[in-house]
Order: sequence, then structure tokens, then C-alpha cells
Amino acid sequence: MDRALPNPIRNVLEPGDGVVVNIGPSHPATHGTIQVVARLDGEKVAKVDVHCGYLHRGFEKECEAHTWHNLMPYVDRLNYCSGLINDFAYCGAVEELMGIEITPRCRVLRTLLSEYSRIADHLTCIAASLMELGAMTAFLYMVMIRDYVYEHLAALTGARVTYTYGRIGGLAHDLPEGWLARLDEILVQYQDFVGRVHGLMDRNRIFIDRTRNVGAISAAEAIHWGYTGPILRSTGAPRDLRKDAPYLAYAELDFDVPVGINGDNYDRYYVRMREMDESVYMIRQLVEMLPAGPVCVDDRRCTFPDKSLVYSEIESLINHFKLVMDGPQVPAGEVYHAHESPNGELGFYLVSTGGGTPYKVHVRAPSFVHMGGLARLLEGYQLADVIPTFGSVNMIGGECDR
Amino acid sequence: MSAHAGPRAIEVLEIAPGELLATARRLKEEEGYDLLVDVTAVDWPRRQPRFDVVHHFYSTRRFTRVRVKTRVEEGSPVVDSLAPLYGSALFMERECHDMYGIVFRGHPDLRPILLYEGFQGHPLRKDYPIGREQPLVPYRK
Repeated sequence: MDRALPNPIRNVLEPGDGVVVNIGPSHPATHGTIQVVARLDGEKVAKVDVHCGYLHRGFEKECEAHTWHNLMPYVDRLNYCSGLINDFAYCGAVEELMGIEITPRCRVLRTLLSEYSRIADHLTCIAASLMELGAMTAFLYMVMIRDYVYEHLAALTGARVTYTYGRIGGLAHDLPEGWLARLDEILVQYQDFVGRVHGLMDRNRIFIDRTRNVGAISAAEAIHWGYTGPILRSTGAPRDLRKDAPYLAYAELDFDVPVGINGDNYDRYYVRMREMDESVYMIRQLVEMLPAGPVCVDDRRCTFPDKSLVYSEIESLINHFKLVMDGPQVPAGEVYHAHESPNGELGFYLVSTGGGTPYKVHVRAPSFVHMGGLARLLEGYQLADVIPTFGSVNMIGGECDR
Repeated sequence: MSAHAGPRAIEVLEIAPGELLATARRLKEEEGYDLLVDVTAVDWPRRQPRFDVVHHFYSTRRFTRVRVKTRVEEGSPVVDSLAPLYGSALFMERECHDMYGIVFRGHPDLRPILLYEGFQGHPLRKDYPIGREQPLVPYRK
């Protein structure tokens, strides 16, 4: 190439009396396209400049040009580990604007699938960060379970990670035959293999040396930097939207909010491990209480009519046509609706001026806010600690850069 | 300043641009809104003033939310930065600056964050065409 490529960022770190090291955005250990520019003092990280945006694809602009229904495939592409939670948070926000109360079966199913996704997300996060520390066995154990979950969700939704399973006012369809039986088998296997990971890691000298008191943060500082989710809980603050502002069926469930003590990498690992156990406990309760009945509300503003009716009566045909062409008519207003995603508070701020397309869709993505505080977790520790600390934050490029 | 309750009883404050920092300080220090959740803006091209800068706050003790809307003119889209109060404001205000061109007075580093150095315009403004492309590296022929 005869011409220098333009630099997307303006560097602010001068070498000064240290060396400036660039990590990413395509570094194998920064899973997610993020760039960390670090000025070193010997082996220690003195100053960090974090850049995101390499995966920016104009999500919010694109949302303003599609109907409320059409956004469903976009929102679950925000997070490839737990797309269902994104679906449900978005649907919840639109339903709040429309004043729709979802059916009891849908409420329980959404809660169940949210917790199931949380397990998949935490498995991914822990597996990746353990692998980066060289724990290949633990990685394989966890990713094996995660793939059982993915395949099981593929049996439900037809897709491995991009589910598009939520619908405004309900779900795409009900559970297939035998799905809950397989769920139980996977949970039993989960407990076996996660127990083995506990045995391999919890008191592992190498693991403890690399994670204890590394990337530590206090609760007050974590709140100052906008941390939510497992990172905030690892500091000892039991803040969880599922408990504090219960949505879906969480108010009816019995579960604990695990917290850490030091807010370091080890605590983040352990909080996530414990949260998965709580999710399994919740899923078992939810399977018990799953009511019969429809999964979609009977509301012609958002729910598609039955296919046989579309082909046989004119009202349903028009209804179907209007829902596809004009989109569901959402009354004017604005709403901020937040769910506890595996990484923290996932919020949708929607503005509607009435009609079938959103006026504005803004995603409060936990990963993006967490990247803002990442410098605080990295500075003062070794360069080699960048990798486990970054892994423990579980940044998801899709929702960070949107 | 006016307040009313919307769905799920989120409190909404509508304030003038000059009051933002004082309002946020009061919310943080007196009302216990210790978490700045979100910063964004809404563009109303046919309205005067054109932009709403929208801040969401959350209290981790009372579990309540408040939304602060600040109206700013197109000619001087300036509000105070909340970076002195909340560390999380740094990245979120940079994003809002990228997308809407809102200037946060007192922000130490308003470099592009999701966009790149030299990007023309502010893509989430309603007058930015959705099909406009500005590749940083030219497309291969």
C-alpha cells in the first residue's frame, strides 16, 4: 500500500518516561474489538486509554427506519451470548409504551429463558477468561455445557445465537415437545461439570495468584464509574434489578443475590459461578410453576392473527397486512425499561411519536459503560493483568459499539 | 422546573441548560441518586429548542429512577458535563457528542468514541441521511 492508512483515533498518550503499548483491536485475547493503549512504567500499567467503536454499525439509526416488529432481529444481535434477554427487554419496553400485559405463561417462559441465557452468558465469560489464564480443561468443560444450551435453544428458536424469539406481546411460539425434559438433563450435566470447574479453580494456586487483589474496586467507586451487574456485586453491594425492581416473574421466585468482598477478578469469577447456581435454582422453580395457556396476548395491535384465519377471512388478512406494512401502532410517549442482563443493567430508552416506527431507540448497554471505567481497573496493575481483568469484565462488542 | 410521573412512576424533570450541573449535584448529594445510568439526546428538528439532552439517574438505595431533560438550542447545543460528579459520564457524554453534536462543557476529552477522527456530521440527527457512507478506509473497487 502506497498510502498510510488513516488512524481512527487520536493518541493522547505520549511515551514520556515509559513505553506505550498497543493491545487490540484485533488481539486474540481482546475477544471483542477493543483497543487498549497503555503507557507502562516497567511492567506496571501507568495510564490506559480505552477505545471502542470498531464494531459500530449504526444500530440506533437503523432502528429509526424500521417498524417496531422489524427491530427484533437487531436487538438480539447486540449480545451473542444472551440474545434472548435483549429480546425480552426490548419487548418489555414496547409493551410498557403500549400498555400491554403479557400472558402468565409468557411471563414465566421469558423469565425461564432469561435465566437460561444468563447461564450461557456466564459460562462463556468464565470459560474465556479461564482459558486466557491457561485453564484449558475448565474452558472445555464450560463451553461443552454452553453448547448444549445453545443447541437446546436452537431446538426452541431455530437459531444458535441470534434467536429473534421475542415478540411484542408474547413469544414467537410455544415450547416444542420434550423441551423441558431435555432442559432437566442439561441442568444435571451443568451441575456435574461446574462442580468439576469449582474443584479445578477455586483453590488453584496459579489462578488465585493471577486473580486475587487484581483489578480490585470498591463499591462506591464501582457505582461512581457506572458499574452494574456482577462487577458491582463482586464489590459487596447486593444490587440486582431482579430483586430491587422485580420485573417478569422475579417477585415470585426465591433466590439469593451472591456478592463478593474485594471486587477483584477472583470475586467476579466467583459471583458469576454462584449466579449460575441461582439461575438453575430459579429455572427449576419456574418449570414447576409454568402455567398453561397462550403465549401471546390477544391484542390486534401487535399480535399476528392465526395463519389459517389470514387465508380465510378478510379482517385477519387486513390485520396481518397492516402489521407487516405499517407495524404495530405504538402510542406517543417515552419509556426507559431496564432488565438485569448478565453483564449489568440493560436499558432501552424508546421515544415514540405514535405510529409503526420508533422515533428513537437508545440502548443503555452495560458493556459500553463498563468500558468507560475499565481504565480504573487496569491502571496500577501489571501489563499481563490486562488480559484476566478485561476477561472478567466480559465486554460484548455488539452491545458496546452498537 | 416541573415534575410529573410517567409509567412505572419514573420522575421526569425538565430543566434549563444552565441548571443541569446544580440539579445533578442536588440529585446526587441530597436525593441519593448515586448512579448515572444513561446520557443521550433526542432530536426534534421542527421544534425550538431543537434538542432534548436526556439523563437517567438511579438510586441504589431507594431503587427509584429520575429522568432529567434539558432543552438546548441548535445554535449552541451546550450543557455542563457531569464528569465532576460521575465517572461514568465520561464515556456516555462522548457518545452523545458523537451522535448528536451536543457539547459538554467541562468534559476533559470529547474525542470521537464510536465514530472516528474526522467523521463529518452527527449521524443520529434527523437531518443526517441514513444512506450516507463515510468509510475511513476507501472501499476496494
